[in-house]
Amino acid sequence: MGAASLHILYFAWLRERLGLGEESLALPEDVDSVGTLIAWLRRRDDRFGAIFAEGRLVRCAVNQEFAGPDTPLADGDEVAFFPPVTGG
Amino acid sequence: MARVVVQDAAFDVGAEFAALTAGRCDIGGIGAFVGTVRELSGGQRLAAMTLEHYPAMTAAALARIAAEAERRWDLLGCTVIHRVGRLEPGAPIVLVLAAAAHRDAALAATGFLIDWLKTKAPFWKKECFADGAAHWVEARAEDDAAAARWSEPD
Repeated sequence: MGAASLHILYFAWLRERLGLGEESLALPEDVDSVGTLIAWLRRRDDRFGAIFAEGRLVRCAVNQEFAGPDTPLADGDEVAFFPPVTGG
Repeated sequence: MARVVVQDAAFDVGAEFAALTAGRCDIGGIGAFVGTVRELSGGQRLAAMTLEHYPAMTAAALARIAAEAERRWDLLGCTVIHRVGRLEPGAPIVLVLAAAAHRDAALAATGFLIDWLKTKAPFWKKECFADGAAHWVEARAEDDAAAARWSEPD
């Protein structure tokens, strides 16, 4: 059995700012929700601290459905972070 | 059943209209909305707009929005086409067609589809200007308010 993992995607200005479109991550032990993942990412790296900083609106989807801080995360989930949408 | 498409290429409004109505005599009205790239943004002249999206989510999000329109109104068909990639001023971005027996449903469903699409489908616009400057378009409170018009009482 492989280690539990998350696939994370970044879009629009988040992708450009991070210089990163996607990454796979071994699921950290203390991460069980979108909120705890964001806290973990912010601790990991200053660039993530900056994109999730207060006042910058970042939205999230888990397995292609809009999600919030309380949405639970499990092994194999696809998590996406992006700004509020501006299509149409 | 709605026709939902995400594509780079331009769409042909006439061909889509013909496909929606072919062989149908039960339709009494078709609502249509076409969004296009506006040349001026904040007084500056746009060179191009680039549309990014979340491919794994986009088609499902559009299908869900179309299904919600079909739940609320008696539609006899609807078409939603959204373009992605680099689009120049004047280019069409999005097409919404909604067919119904009567105009009220056709027009309301058309308005609903474009209002919800603007706030619930994962697309992002980047404006590129002639001088090389570029920025991501910010979401507008007016668009949230337009989408909220369609919220149903709990």
